[in-house]
Amino acid sequence: MKYDIAIVGAGVVGASIAYNLIPYDVSVLLLDKNNDVAMGATRANSAIIHAGYDPKPGTLMARLNVEGNRLCEKLCADLSVPFKRCGSFVLAFSDDEKNTLQELFERGEKNGVPDLRILDAEELREMEPGIGEEAVAALYAPSAGIVNPWELCLAQAEVFVRNSGTFENCAEVTGIRHEKDVYTIDTSKGSFEASTVILACGIQADSVHGLIAKTDFQIIPTRGEYFLLDKSEGSKVNHVIFQCPNEFGKGVLVAPTVHGNMICGPTSEVLKEDIEDTATTSAKLAEIKTKAARSVNNISWRDNVRNFSGIRANSDNDDFIIREIPGNKGIFEAAGIKSPGLASSPAIGPYMVELLKASGVPLPEKTGSYDMTRKKIHFSDMTNEERARLVASDPAYGRIVCRCEGVTEGEIRDALESPIRPCSLDAVKRRAGTGMGRCQGGFCGPRIVEMLISYADSAACPCGCTKLPPTYLSILQDAEGSNLFFTRETEVES
Amino acid sequence: MRNYDIVVIGGGPAGLAAARSAYENGCHSVLLIERDTKLGGILNQCIHNGFGLAHFGEELTGPEYAHRAIEEMRETASDVDILLDTFVMEITPDKTIYAMNKEDGYFEISAKAIILAMGCREKARGALAIPGTRPAGVMTAGLAQHYVNIDGYMVGRKVVILGSGDIGLIMARRMVLEGAKVLACIEIAPQPGGLARNITQCLEDYGIPLYLRQTVTAIHGKERLTGITVSEVDENYAPIPGTEREIECDTLLLSCGLIPENELSRKAGLAIDPKTGGPFASQSLETSVPGIFACGNVLHVHDLADNVTKESIEAGKAAALFVSGQTASTAQEALEHPKEFPRKVVKPADDSNSGSHSMIDNDAEFAARRMTCIICPRGCQLSVVLSDPPVVSGNSCPRGEEYAIAEVTHPMRTLTTTIRIRKDDGTLSRISVKSKGEIPKEELFELAEKIHHTIIDAPVKVGDEVIAGVIATSAI
Repeated sequence: MKYDIAIVGAGVVGASIAYNLIPYDVSVLLLDKNNDVAMGATRANSAIIHAGYDPKPGTLMARLNVEGNRLCEKLCADLSVPFKRCGSFVLAFSDDEKNTLQELFERGEKNGVPDLRILDAEELREMEPGIGEEAVAALYAPSAGIVNPWELCLAQAEVFVRNSGTFENCAEVTGIRHEKDVYTIDTSKGSFEASTVILACGIQADSVHGLIAKTDFQIIPTRGEYFLLDKSEGSKVNHVIFQCPNEFGKGVLVAPTVHGNMICGPTSEVLKEDIEDTATTSAKLAEIKTKAARSVNNISWRDNVRNFSGIRANSDNDDFIIREIPGNKGIFEAAGIKSPGLASSPAIGPYMVELLKASGVPLPEKTGSYDMTRKKIHFSDMTNEERARLVASDPAYGRIVCRCEGVTEGEIRDALESPIRPCSLDAVKRRAGTGMGRCQGGFCGPRIVEMLISYADSAACPCGCTKLPPTYLSILQDAEGSNLFFTRETEVES
Repeated sequence: MRNYDIVVIGGGPAGLAAARSAYENGCHSVLLIERDTKLGGILNQCIHNGFGLAHFGEELTGPEYAHRAIEEMRETASDVDILLDTFVMEITPDKTIYAMNKEDGYFEISAKAIILAMGCREKARGALAIPGTRPAGVMTAGLAQHYVNIDGYMVGRKVVILGSGDIGLIMARRMVLEGAKVLACIEIAPQPGGLARNITQCLEDYGIPLYLRQTVTAIHGKERLTGITVSEVDENYAPIPGTEREIECDTLLLSCGLIPENELSRKAGLAIDPKTGGPFASQSLETSVPGIFACGNVLHVHDLADNVTKESIEAGKAAALFVSGQTASTAQEALEHPKEFPRKVVKPADDSNSGSHSMIDNDAEFAARRMTCIICPRGCQLSVVLSDPPVVSGNSCPRGEEYAIAEVTHPMRTLTTTIRIRKDDGTLSRISVKSKGEIPKEELFELAEKIHHTIIDAPVKVGDEVIAGVIATSAI
């Protein structure tokens, strides 16, 4: 089958583009090399919807950041994605840094960031009592927010699939060919044809670009490590707390998460060899502790739930690279989507649609009706009355499976029946929030394994990748190859 | 709104004993809430023996201990109401309980007293902040125990255990008996964390080296674990640069401590003791909120289930006396003079140098073996000169001498494992089994293999001899 449009890369950028193509009467394919969506930078970042005072005025980044921030609230409401406009502070620890705040303030004004204000130390502590003693002032941006980044991606991808979009996982692009009016995308899962191709390949943006055109930019994969602390720490701050960049580097942020945890990080380290190396290191974790302690008092590192790292698709270009690739009619890209990429993503999809139209890609509007919203049950966010009504109507919500996060069997069932079916424990986690808490799946793991097996169809892996029959031996922690179990036979090499 | 005099939260050894004791002490309006579909709590997955010596006067496996505790409650406190598969969402200081299950939906219960018996959970990787990648194959020992003992899934083939807590030691033996290779047990402290009997019967019996004053400083492997970096630590437990070495393995089990499970308690406003991780409690095990009592591992982590039972009997009695008005609340005392709980006494090991630790000293000149007596928790350090007859020293009772001589001449062990069972509907499940009495140590593998290749038919009761020399310790 030939598609009108193929999107390569199902991160938050690819998903936004796919989602924004729903109103048009075109066949769209969304491809990813991983076994699920949101497996790159989308799953591991600060989860911040930046206000938009950081990017240089006049850049695409400045425009899309402010626009994406504005769009995010409605988008998340439409998609039942947790989002909170909690506001952010940039702290100044010295008079010098106060000047930086002033610069950021002015930049923000130019970029159209609403309601920016510089707070003195007293106002700051009134709003955020746990702020470190050294802070003398702060830039307050009330429009900044926090979001669940992988759910933002997943929700858009799910709604896209529900509206007859096609998602193919485990399809790593190995070549792109152009003959007459057709692009052929060769992947590890076979070839796909499309009239128009959109690349949204994150840290692989330059190498995938290189498969079809001369590369005129370079991705600089930059790893950032994080602490994710328990909910006992989550209430210690109510805003996103940034530091001013200074001679010691960029500083780290301390922020609440939409799940009620506290996140601290990221560090910044350019990866030279393995650009997908998401290990954490003792040196960088120690650096986070030292830096974060300046921002917020009494962070209890004992209450750490998880360390992780994500890789930002920085590039040697100052701005996002969103364009039709010069000299290659019909092939578009969104590359170098560095921070604030997540915040900008809700505006990147619409922007790409405008680019397609401007280039003459046929986008007839759908004549029938379509629904771009998604309803999802977040049991733990409901009131007691709402819970009582829900359980009465559907008993599956009456059993808690993940006790740290209060996730019910009904929510896991919903995840297992969702348009992009999960095929790993972590894929269930991304959909239902199981195993996110302090025990990290220690109690709910066996139950979810059992549900994954019982929901799997007997012929193939639930994700459709036709890999292994769904016995316990095929159960994955996360990516392909992350099998959890072995046979019991005594086949151990000595 | 339902009303009870006493509501017990948690149906493991603590909750079972507390509910029974409350009933026996005159309170006949008792509700026991358990979130699992059966009673017994974590005992159900602890298929090994070593339970029951104090409370039941004989050695039992975890499932047998649970079985007995349930029987005990049914005999003397049969009117205790039990809600299974029911999750408590919240408790309030005025002792309203919000709970839910599939049948009754979301409901409220009002109680005059609450006994918290929710147990504890394991420290996960996050709490240890081990750097490196995040592959499959790194999990807590208790989770592995569930997968292996309840689900029958093999979690690894080349295994390293981090931490020498009892669950880790027990799982080391379990993995070996299931055909895995256990390469090492790594402990950051200068002495092992688990019971002496477990060091002997789970590590030494299988030649698994215990490395003291070392820890895991990095985890490697992208999808599945491929190896770990181990480093020696200084007296502050900080890794010493230059001492790193790599161990190739596909599984790392964490046995690095237990934390009382007090999320409900916190929401109810109970004052928590940072030392134990559990609520502050008075001498009668009442917390800082009047009428809310606590017992078992939710209060402080116990070494032995028997001690949990003992403490919980006291808590049940105290709650019954409180409800009947015979005693006043001691909540204030919980804050002002909290009960001190015995901290785990850790004996410094005789070999406290870093590096491989062994309690066996094969010094040819003395031809002596040193060992820790495992007959009682006292843990006497025994020395046996291998003369004829052998000469034992260091024991404080005749049983120690007997044990030491048996250990050097014909060591005997109880095998505990699981067996596949065909249910009435034809599907396969597992139950736990043990050898009928102790068998010679060298016969452990042979019997384990025989059991491994056998499928028995349901129904089976606890105590049935399912195949020759093998007794069921759970039922189906």
